[in-house]
Formats: sequence, C-alpha cells, structure tokens
Amino acid sequence: MEILDFVMTNLNLLGKLTLEHIGLVVVAVGLATLTGVPIGIAITQNERIATVVLYVASVLITIPSIALFGIMIPILSTIGHGIGYLPAVIAVLLYSQLPIIRNTYTAINNVSPGLREAARGIGMTSAQRLRKVEIPLSVPVIMAGVRTAVVMNIGVMAIAAYIGAGGLGVLISRGISQSDPRQLVVGAIAVSLLAIVADRSLLSLQRRLTPRGL
Amino acid sequence: MITLDNLTKIFDTDRGVVTAADHINMEVPQGEICVLLGPSGCGKTTTLKMVNRIINPTSGRVLINGQDTTDQDTVSLRRNIGYVIQQIGLFPNMTIEENISIVPKLIGWEKSRYLKRASELLEMVALDPAIFLKRYPNELSGGQQQRVGVIRALAADPPVMLMDEPFGAIDPINREVIQDEFLKLHRELKKTIMFVSHDIDEAVKMADRIAIFKDGKLIQYDTPDDLLSHPANDFVKGFVGRDRALKRLQLVTVSEVLETESSVVTAEDSLATALQRMDDAGYERAIIVVDGHDRPVGYISRSVATTTKGKCGQHSYNLRTVVRPEDDLRTVASKMFTHDATWLPCVSEQGKLMGVVTQRGITHYLGATYKSSRSDDQSIRRIRVAT
Repeated sequence: MEILDFVMTNLNLLGKLTLEHIGLVVVAVGLATLTGVPIGIAITQNERIATVVLYVASVLITIPSIALFGIMIPILSTIGHGIGYLPAVIAVLLYSQLPIIRNTYTAINNVSPGLREAARGIGMTSAQRLRKVEIPLSVPVIMAGVRTAVVMNIGVMAIAAYIGAGGLGVLISRGISQSDPRQLVVGAIAVSLLAIVADRSLLSLQRRLTPRGL
Repeated sequence: MITLDNLTKIFDTDRGVVTAADHINMEVPQGEICVLLGPSGCGKTTTLKMVNRIINPTSGRVLINGQDTTDQDTVSLRRNIGYVIQQIGLFPNMTIEENISIVPKLIGWEKSRYLKRASELLEMVALDPAIFLKRYPNELSGGQQQRVGVIRALAADPPVMLMDEPFGAIDPINREVIQDEFLKLHRELKKTIMFVSHDIDEAVKMADRIAIFKDGKLIQYDTPDDLLSHPANDFVKGFVGRDRALKRLQLVTVSEVLETESSVVTAEDSLATALQRMDDAGYERAIIVVDGHDRPVGYISRSVATTTKGKCGQHSYNLRTVVRPEDDLRTVASKMFTHDATWLPCVSEQGKLMGVVTQRGITHYLGATYKSSRSDDQSIRRIRVAT
C-alpha cells in the first residue's frame, strides 16, 4: 500500500526518470548499433582481425560497470565530463559492442555458401551482395543482438545514477542512502518492467524488419 | 561458343600443390549442351567455374564467341553468363519475380520489360505467373525452385549458360521431368551450355557432347554415341559402365530403325490372303490388320493363318501396345520386355501405321555402329587427349 501511495504521489518524477533512462539507453545503444554493425560486417573479411575484435569486445564486457565509471572519471575530466551523461553513454556504448558485433559477424558469416555463390555468379558487386542479400538475411540475428544489448544495458544504466547520469537508478540509490524501501522497490521494479517492455517491443520490431519469405 | 585454351588451375593447399585442371583445351559449339563428366575431384567443376571466374585460372584463356574474357571485368562477364547451381541459390528475401528480375535490373532494363520477361519465363516452365510471381522461394517445392533457378539464369537472355549439377538435389522422378522440360526449352532457345554432372545417364540424355575428366585432365571429348561406342581408354570404359551398349538405346529414336510395313490386311480379307501377303513380303512372324483409316487394330500370326480358315477380323490378336516415331529405343525395349514382344507397330500422331520396330532391327543398328569405322566429319570435331 505504501509503495502504491509512493507511486501515485510521485507519478511525475517516475515518468521523468523513466524517460531519462530510456533516452540514455536509446542514444547509447543507437550509437552502438551504428558502430557495431559496420564493424561486424567489416571483420567478416578477415578472420584474424575478427578474432582480435571479438576478443577485445569480450574483455570490455567483463569490466564491472562501477569500475568502468571509475576509470572514466579521470579520463573524461580532462574535457570536463568526468561524471554525468557522457560517461554513462560511453559505458553502455562499449558494453553493447559485443552482442551487436558478434551477432552481425555470425549472421553475415552464416549466409549459406550457395546463396553467396549464386549472388557472385549472377554478377552482383560485393556492395550489392551485401545490400541486397547478406544484410537482409542477417536482420533477424542482428536485431537479436540489439535486443540483448538493450535489455542488458537497461540494468547497467541504473548504476549510472551514481555518477549523476539520472534515470531510474536515482530512485534506487536514494532508496539505499535514505533507507527508504519504497523508493528502492519502486526503482527496481520500474527498471525490470522497462527491460521486459523494451524486449517485447524490440521483438515485434525485429519481426517487422525481417524480410518476408525468411 | 565457349572455347577453353590451355586452361589450367593449380591450387596451393596444405597438402601441397594440386593441379585441379591441367591444360584443358575444348570448344563447345554454338547452341550445344556440353556435359563435363567425371568422378568427384576430377576437375570438372573447377573447369566450369573458371569460365565465369568464380575460380580464377592460373593460366590459359576462356573465349566466349571468340572473344577473350581474360581482361574483361568480372561483374559484366558474369552478367552475360547464366549460372545455375545445385544449391539453387534463390534469395529467400525476394519474391520469385524479384529473383528472376535481378540480372535484368542490374543491367538496367526498364521495369515494364523485366516484369514482362519474368511472366514469360515462368510460363515457359509451366508455372502460372498469377500464382508464382509474388510467392517467396520457401513456398515452392524443390523442383519448382530449381525451375525458377534455371529461368533466373535465362532472364537477361545470355548467350552462354553454366550449370553446376543443376538437377542433382532433385528427387529422381522430378529430375526426369525437369530434364525433359529443360531439353524442350533448350531446343527453343539454343543457348550454348556447359553442364557439370557426375551421372552418366544424365549426361547421355542431356549432352550433345560429353567431356570426360580424370585427375584434372580432359580424357575424352565426344558425342554421347561415340563415347559409348568408342571409349578412349579403360578409365572411360569403366566410367560409362558395362551396359554402355544399353545406354546408347536412349540416343536412338524409333524413326531411325523403323522398318516400313508395306503389306497389311484389313478385317474383311481372308486368312488365305493374309498368308499370301506374308509370303510375298517375306514376313516371318505376322501381318498387321488395319482399319479403313490405316490404323492398326490387330495382327494375324503366321501360325493362325496357316492352320485356320476365315476372315482376318475374326482371328486377329489384339495389339498389346504401339510406339511413336519419336520414342527412344530404351522405351521401346522396355515395352518389348514388358509385353514379351519381338516387334511393335509404330504409329503416327493420327494413329496411322508407319511401320514396325523389331528386336533384330535394334540389335543390328547398335551392332553396325560398333563395327563400322567412324566417319570423317566426326573425327574432325573430336578432340582426344592421350593418356
């Protein structure tokens, strides 16, 4: 009851924080998609480089988020953004690389050799093959990577409240520091719900983007 | 016309240098189907794929209609060559219409022209455009998909087609049908075709010429009939099989061994007349009874004619089956075995009697070509590589 009261009286705040949270994740994962997909495609050309890139991306994802924020404070302080929005976005951008690059790389590599050969034999240039065949066929798997990144980083972004990036993590951190279980529980539930809703809606987007006939 | 001039491919593999194709020289004349045949790893596929440079030759040249393709841009070269592969390779994200239209679109045809072409081509392989144009490949059966694969290769009307075991993944019943369809299509379009197969029966059926490969070398390049009747060496002999004489049956049509039956009887004639005519014409076994329109309705055997009296109509046996002049001898032999017959009447489209095919006629025809020396014009076109 207490919790419900808290929600009802703080609807505005909750809405603002949720939007902040979504904004952060959308910007960060959006940028990650814009970088990760081309990287994933590029590394299909060279297996050795692919191994190195995937290794680096895997190492990045093992760094605990708190540690990553810590590392960035002195570095980004030099340009006056040691805490706040920028380090939060950068952290999520880095964490998102692995699922997006790996899924893109796998999907493009898994286009069947018969289709590749048909496309070559027909006289498509490599750019045409990529645009008309390889990328359309890879959309479902690439989108699955984006979904993983989004869901994972909705959680990571909650911690970014500690470096002043805002978002639903603010409720959790306040709940802890003020020993207020209401804020803590509402924040945690809101983050979980957001992750579930994001996953569902991205799944339907994925289905819509998947070419018919697949 | 496709000309291969000393075409060679050497692969550097982990296990050392492999010569996949060793100085291949051959020519596929305009409008003919040439089947490259041999066991796996013999170099037939490598040779085929060097024509559209899916595999780059180590040395040697490929000429298409007399033009050296060595310095031609790969992309434009390939757009001029139809390519059909065993895995079919229809793009699952595109409709049948889009799949067929790819090459015309790439080379800049107008929309109305390539859409019309797609419908025409579908009709050629007996797929209703109204139903199939907007479908996706995964909604089609394997046989239908490969039909689309073939017409996609034909879409921009290339002079030359390469086919890499195109019907290999299709079940045997459908394969027969699609082979027949393809031959029919070929007779209309007269493309110059290079076709890889590992199946001697398919080769004999499809090919104007067969090129036998072994260990990267072209062993024998001949017409199917010459290949079967005069294999160059033991390898070819082994590859074409011990029943090679039987395989030749499907290369010969009834019209080539037809004996015209000039003497016949009608139902109204007496058996004595039948016997008389058999004697006059020298028929040992029987005489055919025809109706007023020259259509065979039965036959009188010599034994009946000798021992019985009466009208032919009352004593004739029913004909068990008939053949057509365009049937191949394999079909005829099969019918003869099925019906325990030593001869079969041949009828025209209107059902009129044209003559008979006899077992002796067939064996004589096959035996005669075995014994006869080869005619000169064949040996000019023949290229043999000594091994």
